[in-house]
Formats: sequence, structure tokens, C-alpha cells
Amino acid sequence: MSFLALTALAIVRLKDLFAVVMLSGLYSLLSASFFLSLDAVDVAFTEASVGAGISTLLFLASLKLVGRYEKKSRYKPALALGIVMVTGALLVYGTLDMPHFGAVDAPIHQHVAPRYINDSMTEIGVPNAVTSVLASYRGFDTLGETLVIFTAGIGVMSLLLVSRQTKDQSKKKVPADMQQQIILRVVAKMMIPLILMFGLYVQFHGDYGPGGGFQAGVIFAAGVILYTMLFGLSSAQRVFKRQILELLTAFGVLLYGGVGVVSMLLGGNFLDYNVLRHDPVHGQHLGILLVELGVGITVASVMILVFFKFTWRTVKHKYNQ
Amino acid sequence: MIYHYPVLQVIIPLLGAPLCLFIRVPRLVGFFAVLVSSLSFLISCGLRQQVHLYGTIVYELGGWAAPWGIEYRIDQLNSYLLLLVSGISTIVLIAAQTSIKKELPENRHIFFYTSYLLCLTGLLGILATGDAFNVFVFLEISALSSYTMIALGTDRRALTASYQYLVMGTIGATFIIIGVGLMYMMTGTLNMYDLAQRLPEVYKSKTVLCAFGFFIVGVCLKLALFPLHLWLPNAYAFAPSIATAFLAATSTKVAVYLLIRYIFSVFGIDFVTTSLPLHDIFLVLGLIGIFATSISAIYQRNIKRIFAYSSVAQIGYMILGLAIGTELGLTATLLHLFNHALMKGTLFLAIGAVVYRIGSSQLNHFAGLGKKMPLTMAAIVAGGLSLIGVPLTVGFVSKWYLIVALLDKGWWPVAVLVLISSLLAVIYVWRVIEWIYFSQPRIILDDVREAPMSQLIPIWLLVLANLYFGVDTRLTVGVSKLAAQSLFGVTP
Repeated sequence: MSFLALTALAIVRLKDLFAVVMLSGLYSLLSASFFLSLDAVDVAFTEASVGAGISTLLFLASLKLVGRYEKKSRYKPALALGIVMVTGALLVYGTLDMPHFGAVDAPIHQHVAPRYINDSMTEIGVPNAVTSVLASYRGFDTLGETLVIFTAGIGVMSLLLVSRQTKDQSKKKVPADMQQQIILRVVAKMMIPLILMFGLYVQFHGDYGPGGGFQAGVIFAAGVILYTMLFGLSSAQRVFKRQILELLTAFGVLLYGGVGVVSMLLGGNFLDYNVLRHDPVHGQHLGILLVELGVGITVASVMILVFFKFTWRTVKHKYNQ
Repeated sequence: MIYHYPVLQVIIPLLGAPLCLFIRVPRLVGFFAVLVSSLSFLISCGLRQQVHLYGTIVYELGGWAAPWGIEYRIDQLNSYLLLLVSGISTIVLIAAQTSIKKELPENRHIFFYTSYLLCLTGLLGILATGDAFNVFVFLEISALSSYTMIALGTDRRALTASYQYLVMGTIGATFIIIGVGLMYMMTGTLNMYDLAQRLPEVYKSKTVLCAFGFFIVGVCLKLALFPLHLWLPNAYAFAPSIATAFLAATSTKVAVYLLIRYIFSVFGIDFVTTSLPLHDIFLVLGLIGIFATSISAIYQRNIKRIFAYSSVAQIGYMILGLAIGTELGLTATLLHLFNHALMKGTLFLAIGAVVYRIGSSQLNHFAGLGKKMPLTMAAIVAGGLSLIGVPLTVGFVSKWYLIVALLDKGWWPVAVLVLISSLLAVIYVWRVIEWIYFSQPRIILDDVREAPMSQLIPIWLLVLANLYFGVDTRLTVGVSKLAAQSLFGVTP
């Protein structure tokens, strides 16, 4: 915890944005281990892959656009500091009456959680209770979250549009900056298949261990992004075409929603996986597998697309020369 | 099929939005969006009918019963607002077909319609759900898509406005999620109905008080209550006209709904009145908000900004109604919610039509348009009169109820202040009218014609609604009264 606070302070003070990005990656990693010590494996996993992994990469990509150092500002935010202090004090005040940490009789352990823990094995048949809450009991929230990712993707797509002129130029091939870094390239060539495999493993193993669509999508995207960084945007885009990626972002959401619609047509409620097969537990399995796949596809394609859009901005001037 | 109505009206736009990307032809996407939105509208009409006949409808998503799964709970209050949001959305989308074509470059059309449908999904989702966390998820969807829509505005300042909104909106959302998280910690449930049952046990705890405080501040940021309204004028002024019309008419209303829902159905009015001097706070902020922003509106030069400030002032009236804390006051708030959506929908659509013809929303460019675009200008006048609260318009009905509620409570000084504030509205509306009808044109208007039919029809639909609901108040007043009664009835 004290490491967390220290890192946060350092982030605020530093003017070197590169260090800030690195530190915020560190911050995420620290909080991931913090979550781990709270036994929230899935949350820790997500924090590690999203916070420390992909968002650091995206920050770096945008850093390349805006330059490394922060501008000096003369703005002295005394009022803002006051408000933040009051907010913080309120939060502390709120903790006074909280149930004790780890107390068995705390309300969260008494009300809905027991059913999740005790019955999810018979009702859903998935060993990882987190997955069953995420994808089935509260599956509609997860659909919403996927839609949030999609919305963010739409935002980036619409604001960083590729114009027609640059579209033609992108057919030309441009060497990446890292052409000379032979060690990096060789190591990365060995690593990337492993990363992609690991992504797929996390995707399909989410029922049994920590993991699932969100983490898998991010890991998969990180593999592709690594490739792009080392071998250049144009070679990566030969496999991941922009239009196909755009469609994939939508396809993931549609897959998720489609499962819901199918379950509705089969006579259940929206997202009721029980009706997908004759046996409710099998139905749940199939449903969870499909919706997690939908989540994975949307997350991975949105992340890759966002990175491509940023990178495109940074390398654009090279084409124009 | 009727059984699935509660969820269908949300998932039709939800699935419609990604489908937009598959259609790829901008014109078709436009039509498709209208189709999707009108389907939602029809379903919400059906839902309203159902609620009217059978009372509250509960729909369990994923087939899991309430505290474990997520449920949709449609009652008097939200069926009424679902109808409003999906209806306004459909009308605005009809006008969007021509307006968007003119205002945005072609390669952005698809993204605009996708964001629009996403925003609609988010708003409908917030309204329909009976789950505290689900609210947050859909709030994020609607917020992210409105940032996108605003940033798509052609003016470069749209980006800054959108960014400002993004920062403020994210703070609001974070506060809301802190509130929800603390409530979950104290009760172990996320279902609103269940929360209402379990919260009274822990009313005394500081954590719940803290949760309540964070939640209220977060929602007030979203609904742009005065001093937290700073994001709104710029966001409304620089967004594409269609986005402004849609957001002004619906988005803040949904936030007001959220406030009402949590105060009455989750925390319970007893807790709210005893724990914090919320009514006094709302009274003071509401009144200051009405005056400060109405006066700001008088000094604006951009017509979109005039009415954006006026929106904040109208929010003040709604909060004032809440502050009264009686059933009559709540009825006034709900009425004004509905009526204000009609007024602002009309005004911003009409302004959108002007932007379509002359490409500007500066007030002095409106000079002389009274002769060139008589029907559009008449619509602006009608909307303006309604905003002031002239009899025979909806504005009169809701102000009337507000003043009756204030007098009933014995707060006659406040009632007088409300009347005075209406005079401020007269001033800023008159400024607009003066420029439109009594000034010499500042720019060449020779080739300016009346707005196209596809925009005039939606505008006049809304104008007629303004007049119709101003005369025949059975539907709006009836439903508002029922909703207010049920909200006061369910409180433990």
C-alpha cells in the first residue's frame, strides 16, 4: 500500500511523461499484487493485463504523438486541492463504520454471495465462480461492459479517421523504426506465438481458472501490438485489415447479444443460457463459452484498432516525405 | 413476445448499433437508425399500456431471480420516461437524415449514427433497470457515446468541449460508482428494490451517509445542477445540431430520473430528509441556478448557448420541485421533465434547421430570417413562449403546478421568485425574437430558403406536442401524479 501511495505521488510530481507512463504501469502492477493479496485473482489478472500491459502501450503510442515533456503551467489549483482534500476526508469518514476487513458477518458475505459460491457449481457447472457471476448471473452487465469497449472503439475510430489520401499511401511499405534492433526482433519472434497462445488459453480456460474474454482479448492484442512495434505498421496491417478489424469490433458485441436473442427465441429470458441445450448445465457452458468469445473478439480488435490509429498518426509524416 | 418487451426496447438499439457498421452505406444507416429507434418507441408504447393495465412489470435477465441476477423493473415512472426518450429520439433522427448529411463529412455519418444508437441504448438502459450497478454500466455507455457525438462537431472547439465534458462526466461516474460500492458493502446487494429493504437496518452508519453523499454529487454533475453545470454550455454549443437536440431533450432528464429514483426508491425519503439538509441545499442551489444561468443566457451571442444556459435554469426548476418534498412538488418536477424535453427538442431542432440553411448559429446571423424561413422561425417562437410559460403551452402547465406546489407548502416568497425568473426568460427569448423579426440582415440571405420537409415535419410535430400537451393535460398530469403517488407510496 505505501508503495502505491509513493508511486502515485511520484506520478503527480514528475514532468517527464515517459517516466510517468512507466510509473503508472508500475502502479497497476502494484495494485494487481494488492488485489492478489485480497484473493481477488481475476481482478488482479485484469489489472495486470489491462493496467500494466495494454494501457501502458497505448500511453507510449500517444506519447510519441505529443512529445516527452509536460508543458510548464502556472495554474495553481488551490481550490481543486481543497475539493480533493474534502473528498478524501469524506471517504475516510465513510470507512469508520465499515465492517471490519475480512469479517465473516459482513453483509457482503451474508446476502447474495453464498448462493454464488455454493450453488454455482450445480446451477452453472463452472468451477470458477467469478466467471459464472460475470457471464451468467450478471451476464447483462458484462454485455454492457463489452458495449462500453465498443463505444470507446467507435469514439477513436470516428475521431482519428484515415482520409482517402492517406489510404492510398498506406499501400507503400515503410520500414519500422526498430529495423536495426536484431536482438529485440529475434526474441520477439519467439515470444509472440507464445503470447498469442497464452491469450487463447486464457480465453478458453476462463471457466476453470482466472481469466476470460477481457484479459484474453487484451493479451492477444498486446501480442499483435508488439509485432507492430517491431515489424512496422504496414506489415501488421496486411494481416489485420482496418475494415475487418472494424467489423470484428461489432461482431463481438453481436455474438454476445445474439446468444441472448437465441435464448429468447428458444423460450427463455434474454441471456438465459439454460435453454440453449437440453441440459441446463450444458447450456450454461455453451452460453458462457460463446459470450466470452464475443467479449474477447471485441476487446482484442478494439485494442489493436486503437493502437493502429495512434501509430498511423505518428508515422504519417514519413509517408509524406 | 409482449413478455419480452421490457428488455426488447433496450436490446434493439443495443444490437442495432454494431449492425450499423455492417451496413456501411451512410444513407441506409440513417434509415436503419430511424427504424431501430421507432421500433423501440413502439415497444415502449406497448410497455406503457401494460404498466397502465397491470402495474409494475419485472423481467429477470438471464432467468436469474432478483438479488442474484439483474432485473428490469418497469413502473409508472420509468415507463413514462422510456416513452419520452424513445419518442424524442425517433423524431430527432428523422430530422437527422438531412442535417447530418450537411454538417458532417460523409465518412463520419456511420459513426455518428452508431454513437447515437449507443447513446439511446444507454439512456433506455438506465431508465429500465432495477439494478444499481447496471445503471452505472449503461451510464458509461451513454456518456462515452455522447462524448463521441459532441466531439464530432465540425468546430475545432467541439473537441475541447467534449474533453471538458469527459473529465467532468468521468468524475461524476466515479462518484456514482463509489456510492454504489459503499452501498453494496453495507448491504450485500445491488438490486434497487432489495437495497430499499435492507438499507434501513444500516441507516445510522456513516458509510451509508457517505455513499449517499457521493451518489448525489455524482448524479448532480451528470444532470448539470448549478455550480456543476460548467461542462454543459460548451458541449451543447459545439456539438452537431442533432446531437444537441437529442442530448438536451433527454440526457439531463435521465439524470434527473436517476436522482428521483435513488432518493425515493432506494434510500427512501425519510432517510434523505433526516440525514442531510438536502431539501434546503436543493432549494438554494435550484434558485441560484435559475437566476445565475438565466442572466448568463441573456448575455450570450450564440443562440445554442442561450438555450444551453436556459437548460441549466430549467434543471433548477426541476430541482426546486424536488426541494419542496411534497407529492405536488414531485408532480411538478416530473411534468417539467416531460415538458422541458418537448420545448428543448423543438428549439434545438429548429436551430439545427437554421444551421442547415445558413451554417451558423450566431444570433446576429438570424437577423431577417423571419421572412426567409417563416415556419422554422415560428417554431422557435413557439418553443420560446413555452419556455417562458405562456398559457396554452406546456411551459405554462408545469410552471403552474410548480407554483401551486410552492403555495401549498406555504413558500410564497419562492413562488414570487419563480415568477420573477420567468421574466428573465422573457428577456432572452425576446432578444432572439427581436433579431429574427425586427433586424436588418447582416449576411446575404438571398438564396436561403425554408428548411426541407424532412426537418419541418419533426419540428412541427414537436411544436404541436408543445401546444397539445399545453391544452390537454390529462395524459401528462395524470401519469406524473400516478408516478409521484407511487413513489411516495413505496417509501417505507
